[in-house]
Amino acid sequence: MTTLEQTTQAVPTGNWQADTVHSGLSFEVPYAVATFGGAVTDFEAALTDGVLSGSARIASLAVKDEALKAHLQSPEFFDVERHPEVSFSSRTIRREGDEVEIDGELTMKGIANPVVLRGTITGPAVDHFGATRVGLALEGTVDRTAYDMRWNMPLPNGEPALSNEVTLKADLTLVQK
Amino acid sequence: MNVLAISGSLRDGSHNSALLRAAAEEAPAGVKLEIWNGLRQIPPYDGDDDVVPGPTTVEAFRAAVRAADAVLIATPEYNSSVPGALKNALDWASRPLATNAFRNKPVAVIGTSTGAFGAVWSQAELRKILGAMGARVAEVELAVGHAAEKFDADGRLLDDDVREGLRDAIAALAGELSPQLVAA
Repeated sequence: MTTLEQTTQAVPTGNWQADTVHSGLSFEVPYAVATFGGAVTDFEAALTDGVLSGSARIASLAVKDEALKAHLQSPEFFDVERHPEVSFSSRTIRREGDEVEIDGELTMKGIANPVVLRGTITGPAVDHFGATRVGLALEGTVDRTAYDMRWNMPLPNGEPALSNEVTLKADLTLVQK
Repeated sequence: MNVLAISGSLRDGSHNSALLRAAAEEAPAGVKLEIWNGLRQIPPYDGDDDVVPGPTTVEAFRAAVRAADAVLIATPEYNSSVPGALKNALDWASRPLATNAFRNKPVAVIGTSTGAFGAVWSQAELRKILGAMGARVAEVELAVGHAAEKFDADGRLLDDDVREGLRDAIAALAGELSPQLVAA
């Protein structure tokens, strides 16, 4: 017997709100010879009648260094003073078994661009407290320069230090309301 | 709008200082442009002295930047880059990086040189430095070449096109003011 009882294979209808304590939004970007990442902790997300939407406050951007956080919040990157929020809204959600593909629009720094998120969907299923949950583990890539985040520095070999391609990840636990 | 104007040159007859005096003449009603003259007194950056509070002249510079709504910098070009004294003052002002006085501050960079190119490479490097500090670098391009022909013997700007460029630069700075300031 499993803790979560599977009930359907369709994209859920109705109103589902992210349990943000058990959800996360993060990014990863190749830098020099490796990859570094960070997360935003203040956000909300909902799946309402088959539309996934959410927004996050960039003031809550968490990285491991205060100066790096300041740089990411500066006009060279997110420009948090002018654009405190980023947001996402889906246009279509396709589900095949546990796999899901979401076409939507991601707005950062006041610029909206289409983005495709792919990943897995779990549930809906009833948890150990009797609430019905659906899980989404999503990943997509964006070109940060399309959001006017153009900072870079050349490495000694002439290559740019920071990749333009950034991976965005969303791990969402959504609870039926 | 109160604009702090910084010349990257120390010499009395500096064309860049003269360019800022011309900018002050072109400032529209409601814009006050104050030329900062403390660059010579800023000591060489020394991490051992980078404590709270910092050296008196450095703290005065930081306070002047914080008090200003925007900053206008006119820079010459030394060896294709930013003059050491100006870079040194910005290095002091950038500390601590996360909360420094230039963070989110609208800044415009202009410059003049006796050569043909008007300190264009120095300006580009200065914008890069200011961006790294977290300043709101305005999209202003004013590179005044052949300075010896553009100013008279008293340092008065003779060129009307450059005067128009100065007015545009001030307007661009006003456009970068934070929404709170514009509403106030």
